[in-house]
Amino acid sequence: MDDLYRENILDHYRHPRNYGEIEQATIVQHEHNPLCGDQLSIYLLVENERIVDVKFKGKGCAISQASASMLSEELAGKSVDEAKAFDKQTILDLLGIPIGPVRLKCALLSLKTLKAGLYGVNLVDDDEDSL
Amino acid sequence: MSVQTTLDIQAIREQFPLLDQSINGHRLAYLDSTATAQKPLAVLDAMDRYYRTINANVHRGVYQISEAATEAYEGTRRTIGRFIGAKSTKEIIFTRNATEAINLVAQSWGRANLQAGDRILLTVSEHHSNLVPWQLLAAQTGVELDFIELDDQGRLDLSHLDQLLTERTKLVAMTHMSNVLGTINPVERVIAAAKQVGALVLLDGAQSVPHIPVNVQALGCDFLAFSGHKMCGPTGIGVLWARRELLEAMPPFMGGGDMIKRVGLRESSWNDLPWKFEAGTPAIAEAIGLGAAIDFLNELGMQAIHERERQLTHYAWDKLSAIDGLTIFGPPAAERGGLLSFTLAGVHAHDVAAILDTQGIAVRAGHHCTHPLHDIFGVPATVRASFYLYTLEEEIDRLAEALVLARDTFQL
Repeated sequence: MDDLYRENILDHYRHPRNYGEIEQATIVQHEHNPLCGDQLSIYLLVENERIVDVKFKGKGCAISQASASMLSEELAGKSVDEAKAFDKQTILDLLGIPIGPVRLKCALLSLKTLKAGLYGVNLVDDDEDSL
Repeated sequence: MSVQTTLDIQAIREQFPLLDQSINGHRLAYLDSTATAQKPLAVLDAMDRYYRTINANVHRGVYQISEAATEAYEGTRRTIGRFIGAKSTKEIIFTRNATEAINLVAQSWGRANLQAGDRILLTVSEHHSNLVPWQLLAAQTGVELDFIELDDQGRLDLSHLDQLLTERTKLVAMTHMSNVLGTINPVERVIAAAKQVGALVLLDGAQSVPHIPVNVQALGCDFLAFSGHKMCGPTGIGVLWARRELLEAMPPFMGGGDMIKRVGLRESSWNDLPWKFEAGTPAIAEAIGLGAAIDFLNELGMQAIHERERQLTHYAWDKLSAIDGLTIFGPPAAERGGLLSFTLAGVHAHDVAAILDTQGIAVRAGHHCTHPLHDIFGVPATVRASFYLYTLEEEIDRLAEALVLARDTFQL
């Protein structure tokens, strides 16, 4: 059919990795995307500036949830600084599919949630209006 | 597979050049006319002709093309007035769209006539355009909002209407036809009850005026708002109709050129109706385009268009309700206009719409500017397929096939 719903996207959607909560989480962050109504919560357990456990819970479209699942795999074992360096391109590379401007907010919800959790503020500019 | 209609759908489609294109290797199936309708050649030509031959500002020039522009612009007012059964062109106010028309009533009539403790009755299925203007007015004046709720089939629950309409109720503002459920609301009953308590009634006709015969005298409403672009006209032009005595008593909405009679440095007096409410250079080409759209619809006949959409809705209802996991929201096909909103179990509405797009099928996914209604349904988003005079049964067949493809792709 087409690139947007490649098998690995659907696989992450149907069988999300690291799905759940961490009771003793160091960082818990909830965000949502009003366009699709996507919701996402990320739980990070940080020890010695290193992410030793990651979990997420959420509901929403396949793109937003696959993105979170893939990001959670990528985060495990990374230092906080390495995680802070993740950007839009990190997510797009993980998804590996062409994302149009409308669905970008879905794809980047995971990154927005991660960054808001790590910094305590929203630093992700997912708008496409920069000149 | 086809059902009977008095309309020649193929001939109609030839009038809509946009429909003749491929998307992702498939012929475009445009099933989003509730969001905006496509434009026939008659509309495109009328606007093109205006810009090529008589483009000039209206109501000012004493030269020939300005007079021609004024005549074309004002002529549209007569076309619109006859179309909805107005008594005079003074009752036809051009706005940008239905939203602006409703805001005009809220800010002009509302602020001049309502005070703290007065009540406005709405329904929970209103488009944000007929909800937020009243919230703004409530914050400004202390007016209170009440809501007609829905029964379990998505119809308006009118069983408590007598309690909801109190002597403090000054206005009922409701949609004539829901943009999500497709329900053609029993507005006559609400209007009759509103009159008993002396409340005025505003109808949001954004969905009804393009699709069913609407006559303001027969309905007995006091205000009617609608948009040009949903009825084959251009964007940027809409209409407020109101009873003349109401408009005469209402203060201006916006100030500027064209809406004044005399202007002093500290005070001014207002122009006559309808220009009192049309500040600044209006959307001239768009008004002319809307006039051409109404001529186009009139030639086909609104009753014929409505009946055709009924056929399509029944056809789509049968096709879609046969799909496992698909849930249609709202009342049965017989009580609807030409649209269906639904969910597909396990597949988010935006994913459904994205897969349909790969098959060249354009539908709307989201909350359709009705957040509260989706909260009531308990779903974040629905998919909406909507039909108009150019829709083919074959396009609905393709929709059904693509929905099965979406379900199978997700294997849920």
